[in-house]
Amino acid sequence: MKLELRGITKTFGTLVANDHIDLTVEAGEIHCLLGENGAGKSTLMNVLYGLYQADGGEILLDDRVQHFAGPGDAMRAGIGMVHQHFMLIPVFTVAENVMLGHEQTKAGGRLDLPAARAKVREISDRFGFDVDPDALVDDLPVGVQQRVEIIKALSRDARVLVFDEPTAVLTPQETDELMAIMRQLKESGTSIVFITHKLREVREVADRITVIRLGKVVGEASPTATNAELASLMVGRAVELTVQKAPPTLGEPALVVDGLTVIDPIGQLVVNDVSFEVRRGEILAVAGVQGNGQTELTEALVGLQPRVQGSMRLDGNELNGDSVRSILNAGVGFVPEDRKEDGLVGEFSIAENLMLDRADGAPFVKGGNVQLSTLAAFAEEKVAEYDVRTPSIETKVGRLSGGNQQKVVLARELSRDLRLLVAAQPTRGVDVGSIEFIHKRIVETRDAGVPVVVVSTELDEVTALADRIMVMYRGRVVGIVPGDTPRDVLGLMMAGESPNLEGAAA
Amino acid sequence: MTTQSPNDPDVAVETGSQVPPAEPVTRQPEPDVEPESRWHRAFREIATGNAIISVLAVLLALLVGAIMIAFTDERVQEASVYFFARPGDTFIAIWESVSGAYSAFFQGSIYNFRRPDFATGIRPLTETLTFATPLIAAGLGVALAFRVGMFNIGGRGQMLMASAAAGWVAFSFDLPWGVHMLVALLAGLLAGALWAGIAGLLKARTGAHEVIVTIMLNYVALYLVTWMLRTPGLLQAPGSNNPKTPPMKDTAIFPELLGPQYNLHFGFILAIAAVVLVWWILDRSALGFQFRAVGENPNAARVAGINVKSMYVYAMLISGALIGLAGVSQVLGTVTTGFSSGIDAGIGFDAITVALLGRSTPWGVLAAGILFGAFKAGGFAMQAAEGVPIDIVLVVQSLIVLFIAAPPLVRAIFRLPAPGSGPRRAAPTTTKEVTAK
Repeated sequence: MKLELRGITKTFGTLVANDHIDLTVEAGEIHCLLGENGAGKSTLMNVLYGLYQADGGEILLDDRVQHFAGPGDAMRAGIGMVHQHFMLIPVFTVAENVMLGHEQTKAGGRLDLPAARAKVREISDRFGFDVDPDALVDDLPVGVQQRVEIIKALSRDARVLVFDEPTAVLTPQETDELMAIMRQLKESGTSIVFITHKLREVREVADRITVIRLGKVVGEASPTATNAELASLMVGRAVELTVQKAPPTLGEPALVVDGLTVIDPIGQLVVNDVSFEVRRGEILAVAGVQGNGQTELTEALVGLQPRVQGSMRLDGNELNGDSVRSILNAGVGFVPEDRKEDGLVGEFSIAENLMLDRADGAPFVKGGNVQLSTLAAFAEEKVAEYDVRTPSIETKVGRLSGGNQQKVVLARELSRDLRLLVAAQPTRGVDVGSIEFIHKRIVETRDAGVPVVVVSTELDEVTALADRIMVMYRGRVVGIVPGDTPRDVLGLMMAGESPNLEGAAA
Repeated sequence: MTTQSPNDPDVAVETGSQVPPAEPVTRQPEPDVEPESRWHRAFREIATGNAIISVLAVLLALLVGAIMIAFTDERVQEASVYFFARPGDTFIAIWESVSGAYSAFFQGSIYNFRRPDFATGIRPLTETLTFATPLIAAGLGVALAFRVGMFNIGGRGQMLMASAAAGWVAFSFDLPWGVHMLVALLAGLLAGALWAGIAGLLKARTGAHEVIVTIMLNYVALYLVTWMLRTPGLLQAPGSNNPKTPPMKDTAIFPELLGPQYNLHFGFILAIAAVVLVWWILDRSALGFQFRAVGENPNAARVAGINVKSMYVYAMLISGALIGLAGVSQVLGTVTTGFSSGIDAGIGFDAITVALLGRSTPWGVLAAGILFGAFKAGGFAMQAAEGVPIDIVLVVQSLIVLFIAAPPLVRAIFRLPAPGSGPRRAAPTTTKEVTAK
């Protein structure tokens, strides 16, 4: 089905979120919508899906003007949406979730589950999905849950599928599988709108690319465009995608981890006998598919895990068993993986968030009083230094975009006197312009002689930052290899295969 | 007027709507976080919502109250029989009953114009402030606990324990004036703090939900105090069979602020001081900063090295002490002739409403406490002067809570824009517009 958006305009108060956006998606085409966070991509798709009413412009399907009062209308017209955050009920089975909202019933109002099961089987066979209709959604991995979302959309005969940042929650492998599914769907004649800000993915699957910036279409590009071209279109200026860094000046080993084991609440070893060391002025990147113990490893390093065995010494002092407070006081900076949940208090102002982990003494607290003027001066300085785009330091952090939120976390952690920096997924959900900035800061920290541990599931990030790479699989270290190890070797290691290369750098 | 019997259904209602599913026994992060579920999020929205909503909720409730006054008035009922013949009579009757009731309410709670001089005319306002004193203190306690993400429903138990401790010191010791009062006050604050601290400690150590624990501690306190009131040598007045204490000794009683013809006592000054103290704690102190961080996002607080469990305990101790102040002001200020187990007078529960109406801020609680004090003072006058049932005041109070708990309803009635109806995202270039809301 051909989808055409003509002159879509959507304003919120004085803010123009979409300004006369034109977009045409031909049948059997993967059309990429590329733009930074807050460029207006999601608003546009919500207009298309009937969640918002456009202030101007029209939606056409196969050249016929459509009027969507709500998602129900859009679904009936053949538009399906796969949201970034899944709209599934965890305690329902796959079949139950798929039938939800358009349940078929037998006599007496009983649900016709067998029909739903058959439908799930039919669709998953058609695309080789391998999804069990009777599995509980809660038990499924994220990638499979996403397939359930796709099945759900297809079961309603969707012929235009919108994927709203679908890869944000996926591992590299799952991403590859999703790409394959998208190509398959395209071959069967489905039109696909693919929203993302990851350049690699765009170039891999897109037939055409439309770039949106500040609510306007700023250009079309072909998939053959270089990353740099796409990035500069998105951001509106030239962006350096490769991190400029000099060879490390290595100091003595600062962080020495020996036989570290983390036991989770149900008694499993989520980190199993991990040993490594990080020298001053060195970045150790921890690579691995999400959920192989990296998160728990970083949490153990800052004292957030309750059951930790083994030893971790920073500059000779044992950290295991210390409280979070005393580990932070020992000079450990921590950028948590989930900044909204663990890194920031959304209802607090930027200034308050900047003192969040320093509420126990100087310079922000004297005699039990918060030093508001000291804090304000500090916040003004850091907002300028870290280029946090905000109207004021009193703005609630929850109102900022992902990239600006992460800059606040980074500003807070890097402004302490650090002896170790632990950064988990420092650029997840962050726009291209901010990624560049954050990477620069991390490298600067290294150059200042601070040992850095970066955990990332993005291979691009790992290879860009690492001086050495430690790959984890199922809680164990597969190997520690030099920073210039080829991607395919790393990919194999992330799947658990030990490198044939001699682990020279380990 | 809201004195509650031991079998008051309030408690059961609260339990029914608040009990979350059983939680697993303590583990590090989850028990801290799990209660911060939809219940708490919804409650936070209600408790810290827009000031406009609070004001409008009061207006709406008064409006509905007016309708009920009109409907229950006999003259209105009589006039409405011949409504179609002479509709004017009905409207005049409605106007007279409503304006009569609300003017009696005003004269009973703020200033009585029928009195010859200012000194007696202003008496109702001092009555309002007297009623407001324990409501402000206890409201602050509930509000503070709430800002740390906890729902302290144990006001009744904490007030009873504080009253018992302060009362016991006040009637059984012989100490010089001033010192006696201070010791009794401290005993009461300590008892309230410890009673609430039990809930805080259990939450911190085992993950037990504070709602359940505080409700249950209400019963424990009630029957413990009742037993002590019946036991000679503990709280019972010597030579009496009634479950009532002897009168407080003069050396312990709060001085009257405006002379003997008014009931307003020193407890009001303490309540105002508590407002300032809580404001300082929450808005200026490092402890309050950590409190609010834990209340808004316990995960981030923990990662930032804040000891979340200690904060729960500290917050409950302070909350209990504030509610204890309400109990102390009852026995040392309002009812000094000896008390029974009804001394809490439902203030522990009204305090929840006060905290809600005051949006859990100290100044808001002060305003809401005075408003509710006026309801109590004016309600009696309304009944005496116009025969309006006192229950209408209770209905109005309940309606206020209902309207506050349903902001979309209030917004729909007054056609206010919904918050967050704008774009979810906050682009760097647009934050100005977003925050302007």
